[in-house]
Amino acid sequence: MKLSRKWLNEFVTVDANDKDFAEAMTLSGSKVEGTEDLGAEISNVAAGRITAMERHPDSDHMWVCQLDVGRDEPVQIVTGAWNIHVGDMVPVALHKSTLPGGKRIEKGKLRGVLSNGMLCSLSELGLDERDFPYAVIEAAALLNDYKPIDPEKPSIPQGVTPGYQISGSVKAAFVTKVESLGDGRFAVSCDSGGTCHTITTALANIHAHDTVALDTARERICTLADLRAEQREFPHCIPDGIFVLQEDCKPGDDIRPVTGLDDHVVEFEITPNRPDCLSVIGLAREASATFDQPLTLHTPTVRGGGPGNLAELLDVETPDPDLCPRYTARMVRNVRIGPSPKWMRERLRAMGVRPINNIVDITNYVMLEYGQPMHAFDYRYVKGGKIVVRRAQEGEELTTLDGNVRKLTPNMLVIADETRAVGLAGIMGGENSEIVEDTADVVFESANFDGTCIRKAALALGMRTEASAKFEKGLDPLNTLPAVDRACELVELLGAGEVVDGVIDVLNHVPQPRTITMDPERINALLGTDIEAADMYRYLERVEIHTENRDFPNGPAPVAIPSWRSDVLAMADLAEEVARLHGYNNIPATLMRGETTRGGYTPAQQAERRLGAVCRACGYSEIITYSFISPSCYDKIRWAPDEPLRQSLRILNPLGEDTSIMRTTTLPSMLEVLARNVNYRNRAARLYEVGKIYLPGGPGGLANEPRMLTLGAYGEDMDFFAIKGAVEALLKELRVKDVTFEAYGEDPSYHPGRCAAVRAGEDWLGVVGQIHPLTAAAYGVEEDLYCAELSFDTLLAHQGPGVEYAPLPRFPAAARDIAVVCREEITVGALEACIRRAGGKLLRETALFDIYRGQGVAAGSKSVAFSLTLRADDRSITAGEADEEVKTILAALEAELGAVLR
Amino acid sequence: MREQLAKIRAEALAAFESVQDAARLDELRVKYLGKKGELTALLKQMGRLTPEERPVMGQLANDVRAALEGALEASSKKLEASALERRLQNEALDVTIPGRAVSIGRQHPMNIALDELKDIFIGMGFQVLDGPEVELAELNFDRLNAGEGHPSRDWSDTFYFDRDSRVMLRSQTSPIQVRAMDALPLPIRMVAPGRVYRKDEVDATHSPMFHQVEGMVIDKGVTMADLKGTLNTVAEQLFGEGTKTRFRPHHFPFTEPSCEMDVQCHKCGGVGCSTCKGEGWIELLGAGMIHPRVLEMSGIDPEVYSGWAFGFGLERLALRRFKIDDMRLIFENDVRFLEQF
Repeated sequence: MKLSRKWLNEFVTVDANDKDFAEAMTLSGSKVEGTEDLGAEISNVAAGRITAMERHPDSDHMWVCQLDVGRDEPVQIVTGAWNIHVGDMVPVALHKSTLPGGKRIEKGKLRGVLSNGMLCSLSELGLDERDFPYAVIEAAALLNDYKPIDPEKPSIPQGVTPGYQISGSVKAAFVTKVESLGDGRFAVSCDSGGTCHTITTALANIHAHDTVALDTARERICTLADLRAEQREFPHCIPDGIFVLQEDCKPGDDIRPVTGLDDHVVEFEITPNRPDCLSVIGLAREASATFDQPLTLHTPTVRGGGPGNLAELLDVETPDPDLCPRYTARMVRNVRIGPSPKWMRERLRAMGVRPINNIVDITNYVMLEYGQPMHAFDYRYVKGGKIVVRRAQEGEELTTLDGNVRKLTPNMLVIADETRAVGLAGIMGGENSEIVEDTADVVFESANFDGTCIRKAALALGMRTEASAKFEKGLDPLNTLPAVDRACELVELLGAGEVVDGVIDVLNHVPQPRTITMDPERINALLGTDIEAADMYRYLERVEIHTENRDFPNGPAPVAIPSWRSDVLAMADLAEEVARLHGYNNIPATLMRGETTRGGYTPAQQAERRLGAVCRACGYSEIITYSFISPSCYDKIRWAPDEPLRQSLRILNPLGEDTSIMRTTTLPSMLEVLARNVNYRNRAARLYEVGKIYLPGGPGGLANEPRMLTLGAYGEDMDFFAIKGAVEALLKELRVKDVTFEAYGEDPSYHPGRCAAVRAGEDWLGVVGQIHPLTAAAYGVEEDLYCAELSFDTLLAHQGPGVEYAPLPRFPAAARDIAVVCREEITVGALEACIRRAGGKLLRETALFDIYRGQGVAAGSKSVAFSLTLRADDRSITAGEADEEVKTILAALEAELGAVLR
Repeated sequence: MREQLAKIRAEALAAFESVQDAARLDELRVKYLGKKGELTALLKQMGRLTPEERPVMGQLANDVRAALEGALEASSKKLEASALERRLQNEALDVTIPGRAVSIGRQHPMNIALDELKDIFIGMGFQVLDGPEVELAELNFDRLNAGEGHPSRDWSDTFYFDRDSRVMLRSQTSPIQVRAMDALPLPIRMVAPGRVYRKDEVDATHSPMFHQVEGMVIDKGVTMADLKGTLNTVAEQLFGEGTKTRFRPHHFPFTEPSCEMDVQCHKCGGVGCSTCKGEGWIELLGAGMIHPRVLEMSGIDPEVYSGWAFGFGLERLALRRFKIDDMRLIFENDVRFLEQF
C-alpha cells in the first residue's frame, strides 16, 4: 500500500521526515517497506517562458531560444524540438541541474551556439502522457523536412511552391504566421498559392516559414498518417518534444511543485487483519494514533439536484443477501468525460494508480481515500434500470474490462441488469458497461460483498484486483455511504456531471456496535508491564476505542470498538492495541520464572546425532533433499511395476510432476545428488542423509513417516567394501548385535552380485551395495555408484545396551594363521561362521587376511587365510592347547564346507 | 718393555683417534686389545721380568689397557654419533609436501545452524519435538485460528492430498504446538524444527520445501516480557553478546499480541546498508502471546495459563550465518559447497 504524504497531511499533520515517519509507523504496527521522494533526482529545474526563437544558423533542425526564467537576463538554450512556440511555458533544466536517472545538465555549445541548459520533455522529468494527458504531441508533416526514401524518386519534389498539388485536394501551403491559443491549439495562417487560410490545429510543430500539406477541402493540415508517409521521410516531424506546461506557474518556479513531483511516497506492508489500513484515511488514523496528533476527517456534502428521480431511474435487488451485506448506489447524469484535474492525477500517480478519465479517476480516488472499492458503470447499458446482485449461472460468460472473456460459475457473484451480467462483483467491471467518451449517465456502486466469496472467485478466475484484494479481507459495511457521497461530491467539485438526489442503500446486514470489557490489570499481567489503567484508556482513545463516557477509569470498563476494527474482538486484541501504542520496545525483557523443566534430546534424537557423527567420521557429508519426487523415479531405480512401495501419497496440486509424490524411498534423492555431482565433474563424493520416507496408511489418513539413513558415494577408493565398512562402523556405534550381511540379488536397483542384505537377527536393517549400471545409466552416470539404505527405526530398536567395560586381557594370546582351500562358492561369511562355531572358548578373534586364487590352487577354488587369536582369561595357554583348538576348527571346516588346509 | 708399552699406547691412541668407520675401529681393537693383539703379546713376555719389575710393569700395562679401552669406547661413541647424524641428514623430508588427506565429512550448514539453536534452547530447559509432515489441515490451520476462509489454505498456497483439503503437507511447524498442547502435561517448553512446504517456485530466496523452528512456552503467569527476555537471550547467543533487538507489532492468527523481532544489522550497526536494505535492522522471527482461542481449543484455560510462541525460517538463518546468497545451494548438495562447512 502506497501513501502520498501530501494526501495524508490533509487529515493529520505529521512533520517528521520520511525516516522518522517510517520508523514510528513501523514500531506502532504499520510496517514501512520503503520511502520515496518523487522529486529527489530533480534539482535546479525551473519553469521558463520562451520569449524569442530563432532557427539555428548552422543547423537545419535546431532552434535557439531565449527564456525568461525569472532572472534579470534571459537564458539562451538550443533545442532540437519543434513543438515549442514563443510564449510557451516549459521546464528548463538550467546549468548544473540534475534529472531522473542521474542525468546532469551543464552549459555547452551546440554547433557553435551557447546553450545554458536544456528544455525538458515529459520523460526527461520521469513523467509520461498519462500524468499529463494534455501534453500529448501531434506533428504535422512539414514539407521542408521531407527526405525521400529513394533520392532518385521523391514522392514530393524539392522546394515545392505554395499551391503545388500533392494529391487530390491536398496542396502545399506556406506558413506565414502561427499563433498559440494557449490551450494546446494553434491558429496557423498559410498561403496555398494565392489563397490564404487560417487553420486551428493541435499540430504542434508548425512555425512561420514552414511548408505544410494542406487539405484544402477539409481545411486541415496533414499529418504523416494523412500522407501515408513513413517517419523516416519526415525525420523531425515526430510526436515527441518539449513538455509545454498548462499549469498555473510563473517563470522561475521550481518545476517539482508545478508537476507534483514534490510529494513523498511511503510504501506499507499491511497485515491481512487490517484492511482498514488499505486507505489514506485508515493510515491517517494510524498516523494520528502514532504521533498523537488530531485527525481531521471531512464529511462529504452533495448539492444534488440532477434531473430525474432516483427511485424511478434505478432499482436494486439482492437475491443473495448473505453474499452482499450492503449495496449502496447513486447516479450522476449529463456526465462530461474528460481528464481529471492535476491535483487528482498527481495523487493517483503518487499512489501508483494510472489516471484515465474524471469518472474512473474519481472511483479510484475514493477507493484510495476511503478504502472502499467503487465501481462506475454506464447507465444506458443497465437494461430495465434494474441492478441485480446475484450468483452467476453455470457457464455464464462476461467480458471484463481487461478484454478477457470469463466463464463463470454459481460460486461467483455478478452485478447484472434484467438480462445479463454487467460486472463481476468486487473484482472487475464488464466491458459492456464501461465508461466511455460519450457516456451520459453513470451509476456509482459502493457495495459490501462477502470476502470469502470474492476471494474464491478472484482466485478461480486468476484475476486478483485491487478491489478484490480489499474485499477478501472483509471491509467495514458502514463505509459504503460516505464513500459514494464522496464520489458524488467530487463529481460536483470537478464539474463532471449532475448528481441525482437520493441514495439507493440496500442494507441486508445491519452491523451491531461491538463492546468488550477492558481489564487493565489482566493486560498488565499478560504483557508483564506496569502501565497505569488511565494511560491504557488513553492509548485506546487514540485508536478511537472509547468507554461509554469517553473517560479514563482506574479499573475494568466496557469499551466500544469502531466499525472498521473488525480485528478487535477480545481482551488479547486490546492488549495488542495498548502494547503497540505503549511501544513494544518499552515492555521490559524478563527471564522466565516458574517451574523448571527438563530439556534435552530424546534417546532417538541422541542416536541420530551419533549416527551423523559416525557418517562424518567415515568421510561422508550430510545432504538435505526434497521429500517429494517424480513418479518416474520408481522406473529409474528399476522397481517392478507391481512393487507395493510404488503406492505413494500423491499431491493433488503439485508445483510440477517432478515434485508430485511423497517418496517411499530415499534412493532416488541420493542418486540424483550423486548424478548432479558427477555432472559437476566433482571427482568423488561421499554423502549421507537422515530423512523421512512417507508411507500411506498412517493413523487418521496420514502417513507413516519412518526415517532412513542413506549413504551414497562414488570416486577413487570407493568400492563395495568401502561403503560396507562405513555401514559396519555405524552398526558398531549403536552396538547392534547379531548383524549379518548376506548376498542379496533381489533389489533391482542394485548390482545383483554386489549387494548385501543387512539384518540384525531376523530383522531387516537395509541394503548396501553397488548401484545397478542400468539404474546409474537412468541417472546419466557411467561411473560406479555405491549406496546403502538403512532403516533408522530398526537400527534404533536394535541399539545395544550402554557400554560396560570389559577387563583387558592379563595373559598373552596365541596367534595362529590358517589358510584353507575351498570351492569358489563358499563365502568368507560361511567360513567365518564355521570357524566361530567350531572354535571353543579360547577362540577370541577371527580375521580374514588374504584370499588367493591362481598357481597352486585348483581352478574353481580359492585359498582363504584367517588369523586366529586364542586366549584364556586365567592363564597363559600352551602351544599344545592352541594347536588342538586349530585342529578342531580345521576338522569342522573340512567336514562342513570341504575346506582343507592348504 | 716400558718403551714398547709406551709405543703401543701412543700408536693405538693415535689410530683410535683418527679412525673413520666402525669396521676399521674393530680391526684396531683386535690389533691392539684382542687375544692375539699387540698388548696381549707383550704381556706374555712378563714372565721374563724380575719379580721386582713385574708388579710395576703389570700396573703400567693395565694402565695402558685401560687407556686404550677408554679411547676405543670414546671413538666408538663418536663414530655412532656421526653415523646417526648422517642418517638423520639423509632422512630429511620436504615438510612442505602436503599431509596425507584424512577425509572427514561435513555437516550440512542448515543443520549446523539448527544444532546451535537446539543447544541454546535445550540449555533453557526446552525439549525438542518432532511431528508428522503429512498433516491434517485441522491441526495446521483450524486449531491455529486460521479458519475456513484463511488465504493460506488456498490450493495456490498449500499442497493437498485430497479434494476435501483435509490432509496436506504442513505449511508450518506450528501444528506440532497443537500436538504438544494436546499431549504433554503443563508446563511446556518445547522447540520443534522440521521441514515445511509451501507452493513457492524455486528461486534464490524461495523453495517449495524449507525448514522452520517452532518454539512454545505455556505456564502460569507467562508474559510478553518473558518472550522478549528469552528471545533476546537467543539473539545474543546466536549473534554475540550485546546484540540489539527490536520488536514490532505484526499479525499471526494464532498469537495476540503478535510481533516480529529484528536484530540490528551486524554489518552497519544500524545505520543502514545493503545487507539490511537500508533499514538498519534485519527481520529474524515472528512471535507472540498464544491466542486465548488456541489455548481453549486444546483444553487449556486461558484464564489460568498463558504462553508464547515463536517461529522462524531456518534457511534464512543459515544463509545469514554463512553469508550464502542463494537458497538453491542448500538443496543442490554440491560437494564443493558441502565441504566448506
